[in-house]
Amino acid sequence: MVKNAADVVIVGGGIMGCAAAYYLAKGGCSVIVLEKENAVGSGGSARNGGGVRQSGRDPRELPIAMRGIKNIWPTLAEELGVDVEYCQKGNLRLGKTAAHLDILAGLTRKAVDCGLNVKMISGDEARAINPYLSQAVLGASWCPTDGHANPLLATLAFYRRARQLGARFISGETVRAIRKNKGRARVVAAENGLYEGGTIIVAAGLGSRPLLNTVGLDVPLQPVLLETLVTEAAVEMFPQMLGTAAADFYGHQSARHGSFVFGIASGYEPFARAGFPVSSSGAAAAACRNILSYFPVLADLKIIRSWAGWIDDCADHVPVISFTDEVPGLIIACGFSGHGFGISPAVGKLLSEMVIDGQPALDLAALRYDRFGIK
Amino acid sequence: MLERKDLGGYIAAPDDDLIVCRCEEITKGEIRHAIHDGLFTLAEIRRFLRAGMGLCQGQTCGRLVKALLARELGVAPAAVEPATARSPVRPVEMRVLADNQERDDG
Ligand SMILES: Cc1cc2nc3c(=O)[nH]c(=O)nc-3n(C[C@H](O)[C@H](O)[C@H](O)COP(=O)(O)OP(=O)(O)OC[C@H]3O[C@@H](n4cnc5c(N)ncnc54)[C@H](O)[C@@H]3O)c2cc1C
Repeated sequence: MVKNAADVVIVGGGIMGCAAAYYLAKGGCSVIVLEKENAVGSGGSARNGGGVRQSGRDPRELPIAMRGIKNIWPTLAEELGVDVEYCQKGNLRLGKTAAHLDILAGLTRKAVDCGLNVKMISGDEARAINPYLSQAVLGASWCPTDGHANPLLATLAFYRRARQLGARFISGETVRAIRKNKGRARVVAAENGLYEGGTIIVAAGLGSRPLLNTVGLDVPLQPVLLETLVTEAAVEMFPQMLGTAAADFYGHQSARHGSFVFGIASGYEPFARAGFPVSSSGAAAAACRNILSYFPVLADLKIIRSWAGWIDDCADHVPVISFTDEVPGLIIACGFSGHGFGISPAVGKLLSEMVIDGQPALDLAALRYDRFGIK
Repeated sequence: MLERKDLGGYIAAPDDDLIVCRCEEITKGEIRHAIHDGLFTLAEIRRFLRAGMGLCQGQTCGRLVKALLARELGVAPAAVEPATARSPVRPVEMRVLADNQERDDG
């Protein structure tokens, strides 16, 4: 075998690439992971809000979320040898107006149809679950099997374990093109060399689109900017994952650490520079205002850190996890649209099944790459 | 470009118990172990251990962690890419951040 060859070459060292590398290495495959940035997990994977949710998900990706929460998340820390701060104490999605409650009821109906245990509760029932909630909350949806985890830890825990199992990681290496040999995806051309893979997985977030373009494929991804805030550690107050019908903030308190992690959509895309995401003072202020309207008790808690992150928003807001007809040997895993963290262990497992068994254990037809064409 | 090779076996040091990051109570040994586990950048060490991610945001331990990383990797501290500094510069209460809108106080 030539020096830069492996059974599988993965483009992108985010949590999808690292999780796939782990399950593939565990399954006996040789793996090379190529990451553009110097640090592993510098994209959305180390910038996200840590939600491990089923509720609020599109029915097309809900089965993946449910598989991960049932079969992988509960034992992930043990499996990887790192406490990924997983906490499965439910998700409250909060509403303050009648219109909010309509939105929540709609989402809840769809999820119940898919077999998820989620229900609408009153404001007082929500306050019985989380006594810090203000009286402004009129109702909520409640999914007791949702939760949260630490994405920075989870990403690096997959990386660390994959590396221990022999996966080769090269960072600071940007892939420029995918090349075909006898019709199959075979080689990726990177800044510092060529890498040959029996299978090539593109899990490069927003970077996936230009790469796929090099073999004549396209996936409609757009950059959307999200911002995140972290507070000083506080005494343990509540374990639930929180979201709102108004989407005016989401967040949780880190398990076994005590800091709160809150997120909000930035809205500053028209003014943001492309490339390295920069946080704004405006979004942090808006997030704090919104959070305090639900949780006035947090007013004196200090924000110690804030950052921004681009998400790879797909045209229909669910990912592409797919083989392609045109380019055998290529697997696409991108477009996670701002909610990929919760499903990432399950996606890593599915990607390994696609390589090792030739097909994923779940039906992913609704997440195909060619669903966007004009019908 | 960084090929993430093995650094060789971990050799325990007599002062591995020393606390390097006081805010998050992270010891020298934990940091050295993390480096030997493949966390080869300051960003990764921060993300994995929260060293330099507490109340002071690494103003106290930043240089120490950098020196530890440089030594384990066998490079000069200046060759280590600095960690990203992030706002706010000092911890700020949420009530203060929330209060950035103009209002009419009469
Ligand atoms: C602020 C924020 C909050 C979020 N909150 C949540 C949440 O609460 N719950 C949830 O489930 N999800 C959340 N998400 C979404 C989640 O973070 C992502 O869906 C997930 O991390 C996607 O992982 P990934 O590996 O596909 O992408 P990434 O982590 O972006 O990884 C892709 C990697 O590919 C690399 N790359 C790109 N181009 C190339 C190239 N040409 N060559 C080599 N490498 C390349 C990039 O540098 C990057 O490291 C949030 C995202 C953000 C930004």
